[in-house]
Amino acid sequence: MRRRPLYWAVHYCLLSLYVLFALFPLYWLLKVALTPNELLYSEGIRLWPSRASLEHFRFVLTHSDFPLFFRNSLIVSTSTAVLATLVSSACGYGLSRFTFRGKSALVALMLITQMFPLVMLVAPMFRLLTPLGLTNSLTGLVIVYTAFNAPFATFLMQSFFDAIPRELEEAAMIDGATRFGAFRRIILPLTLPGIAATSGFVFTAAWSELLFALMLNSSARASTFPVGLLSFVSKFSVDFGQMMAAGVLALIPACLFFLLIQRYLVRGLTAGAVKG
Amino acid sequence: MSAIDIRGVSKRFGTTPVLHELDLTVAAGEFLVLVGPSGCGKSTLLRMIAGLEEVSAGEIRIGGRRVNELPPKARDIAMVFQSYALYPHMSVADNMAYSLRLRRTLPAEIARAVGAAAGKLGLEALLTRKPKALSGGQRQRVAMGRAIVRKPGAFLFDEPLSNLDARLREHMRAEIKKLHRELGATSIYVTHDQIEAMTLADRIVALNGGRVQQVGSPLDLYDRPANLFVAGFIGSPAMNMFQAHLERDGGTPMLTHAAFRIPLPRDLALPDGAALTVGIRPEHIVLGAGPIRGTVDLIEPTGLGTIVHLTLGGTAIKAFSLERHPLSIGGDVQLDLPLARLHLFDDAGVRVGD
Repeated sequence: MRRRPLYWAVHYCLLSLYVLFALFPLYWLLKVALTPNELLYSEGIRLWPSRASLEHFRFVLTHSDFPLFFRNSLIVSTSTAVLATLVSSACGYGLSRFTFRGKSALVALMLITQMFPLVMLVAPMFRLLTPLGLTNSLTGLVIVYTAFNAPFATFLMQSFFDAIPRELEEAAMIDGATRFGAFRRIILPLTLPGIAATSGFVFTAAWSELLFALMLNSSARASTFPVGLLSFVSKFSVDFGQMMAAGVLALIPACLFFLLIQRYLVRGLTAGAVKG
Repeated sequence: MSAIDIRGVSKRFGTTPVLHELDLTVAAGEFLVLVGPSGCGKSTLLRMIAGLEEVSAGEIRIGGRRVNELPPKARDIAMVFQSYALYPHMSVADNMAYSLRLRRTLPAEIARAVGAAAGKLGLEALLTRKPKALSGGQRQRVAMGRAIVRKPGAFLFDEPLSNLDARLREHMRAEIKKLHRELGATSIYVTHDQIEAMTLADRIVALNGGRVQQVGSPLDLYDRPANLFVAGFIGSPAMNMFQAHLERDGGTPMLTHAAFRIPLPRDLALPDGAALTVGIRPEHIVLGAGPIRGTVDLIEPTGLGTIVHLTLGGTAIKAFSLERHPLSIGGDVQLDLPLARLHLFDDAGVRVGD
């Protein structure tokens, strides 16, 4: 449809305003991270400091535990993303394609798990994990995160499978494939956008989770970076410069991850919007 | 080419019965059409033959071999779906080659088979395209190509033309018939369109409510419908129906309706006062002369002829005539219902009287 230039001008103007609004906190994060300590308070709310330096980054990378936290977060988030996506793909496929006894009860149960406030679950979870030796461990976190993200991820995957017509599998099965073969060669390639969206969602959820990471793991060895960020807050002061520098670094993997899955994601989010 | 045998086959979804002890034999090379309204079980039957639905009771044999427990891939059948079900991420050539690849056919043999099928269907120029870059008619051809490329024992068609516009549908209908003459493969074709059924079938199976209503050649079903359902379903415009009853007039049974009394043959074994449904096809009503008077409600010229909507003693009917009668809406017309063209059905809906 052709529209007037004025329409597009207003359209892009509004979009730019929104992007500005959304990106400003990120800009502020970067600005504070680059401002030397002596200028941080003296220059007030200037948009850019009179002198920028990388000293906070240098400190965070060489004199703090941040690289360790960062590595821990990477391991936990990636494992969670892979595990949760595998589990939810299998469950989503089952819910989408088969009818079986207790299906609606199962779905209701999965929905109910999403309604508990997490705080309520911290203590029981701790009691469950301690005898298993899974506190103060990255494995424990991966298990907990996978368990918490799997139900929603399953609903997400189910909706992607639902969007793929059954006849495609049936055609493949008549053409000579087994059900699993049809799933692998026909359905899976078509669900890639959905898988990308789901794993992206789970990755970011695990990447930014604080409550369980804080409660279940007390040693620095097994802490993730959101917990690490808290270490910049002490009783009497907050080291904003270093905290922001760590925050900027923490953004990198999430950005990379989304860069990687972006081409699938755009298709995934608009799936079904366009016919054919 | 395989014959297909269906013996006492029933299907239930949960506790809902869908098909009731069906018996049906499809000869090798025959083109059989399953026709019926939506929900009559025709697609379910086809999917059971394909192996996509389980058989609740009874036995299905393809080429003499019991297939109840076999997965679809072991049944040596090909199916064309209403939605075509082309693999969206594969090119036309790959779509057609997929079944052969799964059978580990040699690449040279695959290329030859795909080439031959593409040639037959006029798809040579489209082989590298993806399905989304094809028109509806082209997609339909690719779906056909995918089915014929591997020379299966039987073809199953599940309303393959329903998604096409009228003109294309007519064209593809002729193509399918030609293709069947060429390949001579056993085919079972499901449709709700009685014109498709009439034009394509060697034999038609009319289904309703999960039961076979009549099996026969297209003209059999048209000329001698076994019951009211078949009479009403086959033919367009549909057969006219009158609720009448029998009155004996000195030994001669008279078919009596508010608008007419027609003497029937004396040997008709029906009791006096029996309720009857009388059917007559629109093209068999003689317009312009006759003992019966009707009122014209509407005139629909089709170019080929004229469909005249009439009221006869309170019953609305349609007459079709190739001639262009000088009729006016609201006016009266004389007409005749020739005895030889009447179909009689008893109060259970079963054909009687011949």
